[in-house]
Amino acid sequence: MQNKPVLLTILDAASIIVLGIATYLALVFAPTEAVMGQVQRVFYFHIGTAWVGLLGFVIAAVAGVAYLITKDSRWDRFEVAAVEVSTVFFFITIVLGSIWARPAWNTWWTWDPRLTTAAITELIYIAYFMLRKGIEDPEKRARFGAVYTLLGGISAPITFMVIRLFRTIHPIVIGSANANQEKMSMTGDMKIAFFFGLFAFTVIFIDLIWHRIRLGSLEEKVEQLKLKVSM
Amino acid sequence: MMDKKTATIDSRPQTMNRPSSIVHRPSFVKATLAIVQKDLSAEFRSFELISAMLVFSLLVIIIFNFALELDIKVRESVTSGVLWTTFAFAGTLGLNRSMSVEKDRGCMDGLLLAPVDRSVIYFGKAISNLIFMLIVEVIVLPVYSMLYNVNLFRLDLLGVILLGSIGYAAVGTLLSTMSAQTRTREVLLPILLFPVAMPVLLASVKACNGLLTGAEFSEVLTPLNLLIVYDVIFIAIAFMVFDFVVEE
Repeated sequence: MQNKPVLLTILDAASIIVLGIATYLALVFAPTEAVMGQVQRVFYFHIGTAWVGLLGFVIAAVAGVAYLITKDSRWDRFEVAAVEVSTVFFFITIVLGSIWARPAWNTWWTWDPRLTTAAITELIYIAYFMLRKGIEDPEKRARFGAVYTLLGGISAPITFMVIRLFRTIHPIVIGSANANQEKMSMTGDMKIAFFFGLFAFTVIFIDLIWHRIRLGSLEEKVEQLKLKVSM
Repeated sequence: MMDKKTATIDSRPQTMNRPSSIVHRPSFVKATLAIVQKDLSAEFRSFELISAMLVFSLLVIIIFNFALELDIKVRESVTSGVLWTTFAFAGTLGLNRSMSVEKDRGCMDGLLLAPVDRSVIYFGKAISNLIFMLIVEVIVLPVYSMLYNVNLFRLDLLGVILLGSIGYAAVGTLLSTMSAQTRTREVLLPILLFPVAMPVLLASVKACNGLLTGAEFSEVLTPLNLLIVYDVIFIAIAFMVFDFVVEE
């Protein structure tokens, strides 16, 4: 069995430290927002998790294409890792968004384009896991998974564009306008918390993906050993 | 002696004289049409698929009638939604069936052995799936018009429905080829298809709704453009990745 690389151990420690600092910056350091009050602090983690969530889906689509071209199972492990970690982060984004929306918009959920697209995107990647679960042959599983992440990665932005059309008939323009204003009116300290949040979640994301890839190769080894025993 | 015999029996001496390494390949269009023709003649002998899709569509419309209390006021705003939900459900039914037939009786292996490009199989299946969907839609539209006293048999509306069906069948054929090879099969297709086909369904609903409520053309144009963009992109992708989906 491979030993855990030193760099990964360092990254583990770094993840914990940056998460701690990001939490401090978001909860204590950043000034309280004038209109929304304390609940606005959820924003720093909301954006951080959303960023790595989307990043992971894009990475997965790229890894999927790379797999289809090279047929190298390492790309497949990378793709699974990216999708798995991102699905969790994206779910956290949605939950944090709901927590924020309840006091800010007075509702847990609204059919705003961003929210709807987020929900559909999450469903695409849940379907991805169901697809993989239904296939026994690892090579075929990897191929189908790659094709589906590619389809999902292209469909999600178009979904966003289409849903934006629907908003024009509903005059409730909350969400996008609000978020933009917020970014515009961020003070210096808020910006520090905001960008550090992005950085912290990127580090955590890389750390988790690395772990997941290692887990993936261990899984493959176990599968091979099982085959050997049964023969 | 042998040569003479072959020459008399076979009326295509040029083909026979070719070296054996060159296989006679039919043209792309011809091969695609052959697959479409195969599907259509099989279907028109039994009407298994179309009748199932049709009866199912009517049942869905009846359920909507009671679930949404489709009186005149509500009807105006939800007609396109009801129609597209019906088409999407019926379409899934057809897509599932048309692929599982190939898989169950080993026809897919036969198709794959044919000396044609793999994308021919994709286009053949996609076109026949599209034709089945269109047949059902062309029957459902006048029936709906009769039942609810609205005229849905309009050229512009048919155009939008055609565009939407093209996108739906394009992605659906690719995904049903995948889902037919999994353990969960029929159950999996709608789960895979609906989130990915969401732009088609939403843009179609939006465009149809615009046409039915008599909105200005510029308002219908944006969803229409997105629909065309989606169709082009996804036909291209399906064309490129279909090879990976049928590889053994």
